[in-house]
Amino acid sequence: MSDTTAHEEPELIQLLTPEGELTGHPDYPLDISAEEIRALYRDLVLVRRVDSEAVSLQRQGELGLWASLLGQEAAQIGSGRALGERDMAFPSYREHGVAWCRGIAPKELLGMFRGVTNGGWDPHEHGFHLYTIVIGSQALHATGYAMGVQRDGAVGEDGTAVISYFGDGATSQGDTNEAFNFASVNNAPVVFFCQNNQWAISESTERQSRVPIYKRAAGFGFPGVRVDGNDVLACLAVTRAALDNAREGNGPTLVEAFTYRMGAHTTNDDPSRYRASAELDEWKAKDPILRVRRYLENNGLADDAFFASVETESEAIGEQVRSECRALPDPEPLDIFHEVYAEPNVQIDRQRSEFAEYLASFEGAGAEGGR
Amino acid sequence: MGTNLTIGKAINAGLRASMEHDPKVLVMGEDVGRLGGVFRVTDGLHKDFGADRVIDTPLAESGIVGTAIGMAMRGYRPVVEIQFDGFFFPAANQTFTQLAKMRRRSAGKLSMPIVMRIPYGGGIGAVEHHSESPEAYFTHTAGLRVVTVANPEDAYWMIQQAVRSDDPVIFLEPKRRYYEKAEVDTAAPIEEATPMGAARVARHGTDATLLAYGPMVKTALQAAEADTDHSIEVVDLRSLSPVDYPTIVESVKRTGRLVIAHEAPLSGGPGGEIAARVTEECFYHLESPVIRVAAFDTPYPQSRLEEHYLPDLDRVLDGVDRAFAY
Repeated sequence: MSDTTAHEEPELIQLLTPEGELTGHPDYPLDISAEEIRALYRDLVLVRRVDSEAVSLQRQGELGLWASLLGQEAAQIGSGRALGERDMAFPSYREHGVAWCRGIAPKELLGMFRGVTNGGWDPHEHGFHLYTIVIGSQALHATGYAMGVQRDGAVGEDGTAVISYFGDGATSQGDTNEAFNFASVNNAPVVFFCQNNQWAISESTERQSRVPIYKRAAGFGFPGVRVDGNDVLACLAVTRAALDNAREGNGPTLVEAFTYRMGAHTTNDDPSRYRASAELDEWKAKDPILRVRRYLENNGLADDAFFASVETESEAIGEQVRSECRALPDPEPLDIFHEVYAEPNVQIDRQRSEFAEYLASFEGAGAEGGR
Repeated sequence: MGTNLTIGKAINAGLRASMEHDPKVLVMGEDVGRLGGVFRVTDGLHKDFGADRVIDTPLAESGIVGTAIGMAMRGYRPVVEIQFDGFFFPAANQTFTQLAKMRRRSAGKLSMPIVMRIPYGGGIGAVEHHSESPEAYFTHTAGLRVVTVANPEDAYWMIQQAVRSDDPVIFLEPKRRYYEKAEVDTAAPIEEATPMGAARVARHGTDATLLAYGPMVKTALQAAEADTDHSIEVVDLRSLSPVDYPTIVESVKRTGRLVIAHEAPLSGGPGGEIAARVTEECFYHLESPVIRVAAFDTPYPQSRLEEHYLPDLDRVLDGVDRAFAY
């Protein structure tokens, strides 16, 4: 047995303790105002609310599925707020907090889980690629995009950096490891941001990796760092440093955000079958929102009115998510044939017109018109 | 005035023309740089266009296709070489779940102008995984265009058309025909070339239609020539997805018989699909059932057996005879 294991007590980069004490880190100085910290707090609360509403909507039958981010808000908001306008993010399917930072409206996220779109938003408009279900695929897309950035000469101080999100499970995939290697040999401006939430559905990190995930980077020839994934300030500082390093032409970094999925993998999952409640309790004490609140309160940086206003806003967003979800229109039947090819395709055109004719044959037979 | 080119050289010249035409065109793959590819199809491109546009990649097919997808998102037009047909399979996930579906997933916001060049098919005495005909996997997948070439003229123009297409194109190169030579008018405007999606009547005839593509076109033409009892029309399919049914149907309605020959295994191969469709559209014109001549439903055999596995002149003629037996 190796003396290192995947879940060894990690050396975490941490700036803000669970008790709300700002400690700082010599390698990751963070120049941040109270106002900015309050803004991060607001982000954390609101994305948690979007997420909990989506879980409820799934329970009510309004969504087919939802992948909850509960517990991972700091990893996503911290890294998401580190991104510059020109930067490009390649998410997996749980990055609702990053999507929030990139200006994707919650209803856009719901569309896929409700089954009315396959993605929907414009990746270029938001600097945020579509959700990717097949684990690890997007790590290669991010790397290729970053190789394109290099060829555009878009590196340097004002350059573009790319970030790829994935979970601990994805580090078992060939594509993720191929991405590490392609990024390394090409010195591509990409940050690999792994949210190690400890569980790949029911498989623990020990079933994914013999060594701590961040240490794998060394084998590919670039730095790896483990950050407290429940510390929004540490996630912000570490990701910002990695992105700056990439955009300045120094190549990739692997950031392992050590965090915890407090909820189920998706709404189809039952975590009580594979993990102990004591584990959840231990991580609840490290709640990413609570520690920011404690810091703000302990240092008199936010008053009751501030917390009340965030709560009011949270209520409003909850209502907005519920009403917008129910208002999402079903697609038209002939949408099946749209946007499969960029150029005309005689086979699809023919099937489309045959199906249109078939649908039209129901007209007059009932108000539903063949739907 | 034309230039005398092999299929391999014609693809090389077409790639060169594409790279000169559009600075966003990149070539990437294993050994495509200084070596010029194991079949030398990318010969000289690295020297003239540099390592940023002719990219030698790590030996990882999923990585090649996956990074090409990212490059396309950034505005590039990658032409990736998958060194051999059997090496496509490690890239199957990126091809089927990502490349083919990206446009649909993004509701048209993203295009994937990527060409996957794959030297394919048997007949060169190679070891296993170097001789397969995987076209049916591609043609079954919506979002991909699948084409193949049978002569230098098509090789030169179709690779350029494929590069200019905003859709992902699987470009199948019949490796045992790489050294077939013919005149190509490289000075003609690309607009005058036969469109990439169109089938072509390669030989006119009146008694039966013999349909083939890629490496089997030459065999089909030889068979038509050898059958002195009948007038055989040969149609070169060229595009396997989408299929140019009007050209095929028009031919079959005139000849009344259809024989389809391909190197891919019989069951689930392109021939079955075309046979079913032609039967629907030409039911009252057919003098005999549609006949298929194909490879067997076995793994590609060791090379000392491939002459039996691949449909050769005699097996194609036997298929034609079966069509006339009705």
